[in-house]
Formats: sequence, C-alpha cells, structure tokens
Amino acid sequence: MPSHDVMPNMELYQPVQVEDALAIADRLADRGWLVGGGQDTYGWLKDRAKETDAMIDLSAIESLRGVRETADGIEIGALTTLTEVANNSVIQDKFSLLSQAAGVVASPQIRNIGTLGGNVSQDVRCWYYRRGLSCYRAGGNLCYADTPQGMNREHSLFETSRCVAASPSDTAPALVALDATMVIRSVDGERTLAAQDYFVGPANDIESTTALRTGEILTTVRIPNTWANATFYFEKVADRNVWDFSLVNVAAAFKVSGGNVEDSRIVCGAVQCTPRRVTNVENAIRGQAKNAATAESVAAMATDGARALAHNGFKIPLMQNLVKRAISA
Amino acid sequence: MNSKLTRRRFIKGVIFSGAAATTGTGMYLAANAQSGQSAAERLVTLNINGRNRPVDVLPSETLAYTLRYKLDMTGTKIGCNRGECGACTVLIEGVPNYSCSVLTHNVKGKAVISIEGVKAADGTLHAVQQAFIAENSPQCGFCTPGQVMSAVALLNNNPRPTRSEAIDAMSGNLCRCGAYEHYINGVMRASGQLA
Repeated sequence: MPSHDVMPNMELYQPVQVEDALAIADRLADRGWLVGGGQDTYGWLKDRAKETDAMIDLSAIESLRGVRETADGIEIGALTTLTEVANNSVIQDKFSLLSQAAGVVASPQIRNIGTLGGNVSQDVRCWYYRRGLSCYRAGGNLCYADTPQGMNREHSLFETSRCVAASPSDTAPALVALDATMVIRSVDGERTLAAQDYFVGPANDIESTTALRTGEILTTVRIPNTWANATFYFEKVADRNVWDFSLVNVAAAFKVSGGNVEDSRIVCGAVQCTPRRVTNVENAIRGQAKNAATAESVAAMATDGARALAHNGFKIPLMQNLVKRAISA
Repeated sequence: MNSKLTRRRFIKGVIFSGAAATTGTGMYLAANAQSGQSAAERLVTLNINGRNRPVDVLPSETLAYTLRYKLDMTGTKIGCNRGECGACTVLIEGVPNYSCSVLTHNVKGKAVISIEGVKAADGTLHAVQQAFIAENSPQCGFCTPGQVMSAVALLNNNPRPTRSEAIDAMSGNLCRCGAYEHYINGVMRASGQLA
C-alpha cells in the first residue's frame, strides 16, 4: 500500500460557533468529517484508508473549551485539550482520576492539541482496519485479526462480534468510572447519554465506536459530584510510556469508610471495544476491607468470560493484576 | 429547509479546494451556511517567527508542509509525518506541537516559532542550541530541530526544571540514535544546572 505525505484535497470548514458547526454537520451529513485536534483524523486521510469530502474543524469554537464548576459537579467542553484536562486545578482537586488518565495519553505534543471529545470518540486501533482493508468494520465481511495468522496482540478479550478491535482511549474508562454524562447536540436539539452508553461495541454497531449519529456533535462532558474526592487508582500499561496505546488500563474509584469499601467503580480499557466495567468485582468487594487480601480474592473474577485470541492471552493476567493493584493500593 | 440554516453568520473560514485563491486577506468571511457557495479564502497570512508571511494554503495542508515547501523553511524536519516522532515540533503560541499534524489553516492569527526563529536577531545561538553543542547532544542530527523546540518550550515555562521534568517534557521527541541522555544533559546545561 502506498504511503502519502499529504492529505487529499478537500473542503475545510472552520466554524467559530457551535450552531454553525451543527448546521454544517447536518447539511454535509455523511460527506463531512468532524475534527477536534485531528490527531486520529489526519492519519486516516494521509493513509487513504478513509476519505471524506470535507473536514469540519471544531477547534475554533471557544464555547466548547474549558472547565466550569456547576451546582452538582463540573462540565468540560469537548474541545478542551488533554493537557488542559490534565492540568486543570478543579479536576485535579476533585477528579484526579481523569487528570491522571488525560496525562498519560500519547505524548506531550499530542496532548497539547488532542481533545477530550476526540480521545473518547477516536476509532479503534486495529492494524488491518487502519490499513484500509475491507474488514467487517470497514463494511466488508471478514476479520483479518482473528485468524490463525492474524496479529491480535492488542485486541479484545471480551464482547467481540465479528470485529475484535479494542477501545484505545485512556480517558474513556475514567469517565465511565466517574459516572460522567455525555451531552450531544444536533440541529434538532440536545440529548444526553451516560458515558457507559456513549461507547458502542460491534454487536450493536460495527462501523462506529460511539452512539453519535450523523450530524451530531459531542459538545460537553458532565461529571457529577458523586465520586468527587473518592479514592482513585489509574494505571496504564503500554509497550512504551509515550505514544503507545494501552495494552490494558484500569480506572477505579472507591468510597472507603473505616477501611471498608462502601461502593466502587472499576473500569478497564483496551480489553474490549468499549470500556469494561467489572461489576462482579465491584459487588464482591462491597463492604470488604480495601486491602491486598480482598484484592487477591477477587482478582480472578475480573476476567470471567474472557476469550483470548492467539496472541493476547497475556492480557488476562495483566487485567487481573491491574484490578488487584487498584483494590490493594 | 431548517430556518437555522438560512441565518448568515461570521465563520472563521470556509475553504473550498476547487476554487482559486482570491485577493482578500481578511481572516473572517461572511458565509452563507445554507448555500455553501461562499468565497474561498486560500490566501492567508501566517505569523512565523515574528514575520507576517502571505501564503496560498490548500485546505488539507499541514503546517510542516507549508513551512518546508511553501516558505522554504526546511529546518523543520518531517520524520514520520504521523505525529509519532517529534522531528517536526514547532511552537504555536509558545506550546510545542507536531507541525505534521496541525492544519496550516489552524494557525491563522497565531504566533508560530520554528527552529529558524530560535536564534537571536544577531545570529547568536539560543542557550539550548549552545548547550546541545557543548553536550554533543545530536548524533545524526535529524531529530535535533524538534528536540530544540521542545527544550525551548520547557525552559520558557520552567527555567530550572528537574531532570525528571526535563525527561517528561522531551518525551514526545524520538531520537533513533538513542542520544536521549545527551539531550537531557543539554537541557540541564541550558538551564544552568550543569556546569
């Protein structure tokens, strides 16, 4: 496959108001491609693995940037950069889980331009799909990764359905753990989705990783005070500490009283197409001491139902160990 | 037709690939979002190293491409062209970014500093450049312009970083010769913490 240094020629829209962006997205429909920081987009277009007639660059819409405190939590504009999310003092004070997750995405330069909305809406990182092969996710009728010769070290353990690609996002598990709400707008109005429902697996929609429909824009992420100042644990394991996507990550929040877990959220990333909440572990540790013994007793449950592919079996003990460390930390 | 679509608003730019460059220099265009037949504006003025440079920019052109092939500023290197190496790092409003992964149309009205703009007006090298020479930081040198830009950005914000802070700040710049320790030594020397 040829490599290209430049993107093909196309139209570029740079609205500065969200209403204009919505009107353009509605009018262009499938001909338009929403761009936040562009760090996922440009590779697709340079590689000619996907194409579009027009880019709708959202980065100049100031109203979609920044962090605001509200009566019952915070609101983060979807175009807020990952660096801003990582360094924002309010997020650091109340939801350091998200600061940590945003602070380990890719590299400093990518975090300086990559946005929170883009990080949770980026496409899966399957090498076959990204090379433009006609796989299930690209509209074809086979999977190149889940074959005896397929390279699937980075792929999913759970809830595969024809496609076995995994969610690459570091911030998505943190948002699910924090019970965040995604605010989605279109020319027809606004709707909200729980973070967990924003992410869509291949059984429900094999061509999209999010619930965004044509013409819709993710404008805001709301985080309620439910988990403010809880005991947090985030860890990302990747081949290199910079650039590489998670092999497995864990984002966890615990409400601890007298050394016992009152309630918790434990969410793993990069083990399926969406962030995976391990509710069986959350239920098992409720009321138990938050310590190494409890962690040891429930760690194996974290991977109940896992189906390893040819080369990603290492993710099973890795995921168990990350869950164990989250609980015992 | 939805009434919202008929409203005329100012939008930052609508750039159509097929249209020829026009003579206007205004950044803001009145555009009719309904028809999409607004004037193209490919001729933009960029603020590069403190100078205003008029240039004809395609809609999907990256800043690295514009710098190297339209403005003849070839100090900025294109390594991977995918945001995975850091050789093309420039400062946009003082913030290090991969110029291969930024649209040129995104830096309209923003101050861009490339490696050519780091030295003083009289040609004196920047403290980072001098320190990199003193520490033999570059080997082949291809990643060096990007390394300089990341180091300059760090020291502008944090004149006396710890070694660990320097490693974090330089972590988005790959060096295939593996001269990382020499670059970090250079950063520490430039910050006056290494005699």
